[in-house]
Amino acid sequence: MKEFGYTIIKQRTIDYDQFNGRLLNEILLMEPSFKVCLSCGGCTATCSAGDLVNFNIRRMNLLLRRGETAELESEIQKCMLCGKCMLVCPRGINLRNVIMLIKKNISRNKTTKY
Amino acid sequence: MKKEGKIQVWQDYQKEIASDHYFYVRSCIRQNFFPGSEQTFLKILREELNRDIYENPHHTTCSGIGYHSDVVPFDTIQTIVARQFALMTEAGYKNLAVSCITSFGIYNEIIETWKEFPAELEKVRSLLKKATGREFEVPENVAHASDIIYKFKEDIAGKKKFSLINQLTGKPLKIVEHIGCHYSKMFPCKGVGGAEFPHVLVGMIESWGGEVIDYPERRHCCGFGFRQYLVMSNRGYSLSNSRKKFESMEPYKPDAILCNCPGCPMFLDRWQYVIEEMEGKTYGENGHGIPVVTYEELAGLVLGYNPWDMGMQMHQTNVEPLLDKLGITYDPKLKYARKDGKMIGSPMMVGCGC
Repeated sequence: MKEFGYTIIKQRTIDYDQFNGRLLNEILLMEPSFKVCLSCGGCTATCSAGDLVNFNIRRMNLLLRRGETAELESEIQKCMLCGKCMLVCPRGINLRNVIMLIKKNISRNKTTKY
Repeated sequence: MKKEGKIQVWQDYQKEIASDHYFYVRSCIRQNFFPGSEQTFLKILREELNRDIYENPHHTTCSGIGYHSDVVPFDTIQTIVARQFALMTEAGYKNLAVSCITSFGIYNEIIETWKEFPAELEKVRSLLKKATGREFEVPENVAHASDIIYKFKEDIAGKKKFSLINQLTGKPLKIVEHIGCHYSKMFPCKGVGGAEFPHVLVGMIESWGGEVIDYPERRHCCGFGFRQYLVMSNRGYSLSNSRKKFESMEPYKPDAILCNCPGCPMFLDRWQYVIEEMEGKTYGENGHGIPVVTYEELAGLVLGYNPWDMGMQMHQTNVEPLLDKLGITYDPKLKYARKDGKMIGSPMMVGCGC
């Protein structure tokens, strides 16, 4: 590849026509309490990992619903599974299970076809 | 929008275009990128349409690129523009014909400023008088050169040697049009057809037998954007804008891209070459790029002019696929030959789709 001194900037447009809802549907099926999240941000405010590094659980929800799986996979590795988010969640969502399911299903979906 | 709706919009945005006696002002960058386009325009007007068009060698840049890059103040550009108008007044002309879309936007912006703030006009008259001793009149009619070709599109159609028909299939050529942002996005009433659905290039394509192709990013900027290009490290912004358009138009398989701005054909042309070098991706058929032409070049091709005489060898995305579809015969050996037969030298970088 020739060097021109500049590069093509990757588009940040999310094309919902190309959206693959497999991971989202699986999580909602396996942990139905996640359906009632109201994005209050309490989980993020109390997060142990978020206190140390740039990590935002509420954003995990957003990435999941946008189908941005690659970024979700790398970000979710920062969670320490301490469970403090579950203590403050006003909807009582089992967030630790959500995190575990996301990790497990991303890993599994890489090897199985939908 | 349905065709009926567009026709309604086009009727709402009709502008007066002078029919003769033009004072022509050239574009700075077009003379470097596609030097044959302006010469073709003058030839069409003088020899095909028998119109009076005059240009003055003392004409300078309008300084629009500097103005939009925040290095030329508004007072300065107003005075420079006033000097161009002084040259026109001295030559006895009242109708301004502008080659450049940036300049066209600048002239309209300044004339509208003078209408809204007459004190600015008096200030500029005073500044120009002190600086050069010149006086000027505001043009009665300002038209972009593409407006003038649009006005005479049927006359050109009457003289055409080639139609925009694919000779290989017998179907109309599928052409996407790209209008320069400063043509009518700032002042919709100054463009034929307004800002959303400009008719200036659509009219030419349809009159000469082609078919206009709509695509989602049709009105998106080509990516020139002055500050996006002037600094090398920023050029990724420019490149990415053009790429967005190519990705959007590719599924519709256009045969050519038609532009009315000096910058747009340069970037839509060059970036296809750069994307091919960076990603190995081409957007046309059979590994070729999509040929990008100016409206003067397209008019010239329709009128049977030699593509190499119009400087079409300067394109970095090769135009031969379009010439083949039009049924135009050309000698590949003469692509880089001057009229006297001497070679001008072939490019060190191989163009897109070779």
